[in-house]
Amino acid sequence: MIEVEVYISLKETVLDPEGLTIKKALNSIGYSEVLDVRFGKYIVLKLDIDDKKTAEEKAKEFCEKLLANTVIETYSIKIK
Amino acid sequence: MKFGVVVFPGSNCDADCFYVLNNVLNCNTKYIWHKDTKLNDFDCIVLPGGFSYGDYLRTGAIARFSPVMSELFNFVKKGKFVIGICNGFQVLLESGILSGAMLRNKNLNFICKYVYIKVENKNTPFTKFCTKEILKIPIAHKDGNYYIDSQGLEELKENNQIIFRYSDKNGNISQDTNPNGSIYNIAGIINKEANVLGMMPHPERSSESILGSSDGILIFKSIIKWLSKR
Repeated sequence: MIEVEVYISLKETVLDPEGLTIKKALNSIGYSEVLDVRFGKYIVLKLDIDDKKTAEEKAKEFCEKLLANTVIETYSIKIK
Repeated sequence: MKFGVVVFPGSNCDADCFYVLNNVLNCNTKYIWHKDTKLNDFDCIVLPGGFSYGDYLRTGAIARFSPVMSELFNFVKKGKFVIGICNGFQVLLESGILSGAMLRNKNLNFICKYVYIKVENKNTPFTKFCTKEILKIPIAHKDGNYYIDSQGLEELKENNQIIFRYSDKNGNISQDTNPNGSIYNIAGIINKEANVLGMMPHPERSSESILGSSDGILIFKSIIKWLSKR
């Protein structure tokens, strides 16, 4: 079994209203050093696969097909 | 002429669409459970609003893989008509039948109110017999901030695929008349072949004057007239 972590966030070119609101909130409670916030999703999957390379390929397939909408989002995969 | 209204788990405007088509407009209308794949009998299929699969992951992302959707691709290819309203529009975007994607509303609020939309393309089955240029129709969504990249936007413009834009009651379009941050004030688009419509406003909620507006029915009437003239 291999555990895979998937991070999904909006592309840099896409306006992120949630990230912007969080940034404003952090700034407003005194954290003026926060210049930018991008909001995203974190998904943990357990795969019945033993080979890391296959796990990564499969995770990529999941992202392209369902987990991310590549029109607006980017994703990164971490094999544990 | 036969209409179908798809029911996904979590659809909640299905009964409204059915009522308008069946009871107000006296059209032969049937519900289509999302696991049904027999679509041959239908002339026009409505993907209604709601929260299919609880809006989990992304709006419309899971419904897009319902069995009915694989058959809907063939239905669309045959040139038959599809109307996706609100969540139905989101499903059409996720499936790639229409281009672009939905982002969270710019102000992060769920917005539920009447808005005005301007008919930008009058030469479509959905608008050709629509007797008004500016329609008063309500929106009710949190993810209606339509996005498409600049190249995609140019293509939509070139092909006259932008059918409705958020405006004021006189048809003026500005950022002040944009409720959710949608690019170019887009409220509805069609595919290149002009047989698929996706729109965020709810025509089925504004099809009888007792509801505050009956402008929505003009869209359904246009499609009915188009179908009957074929």
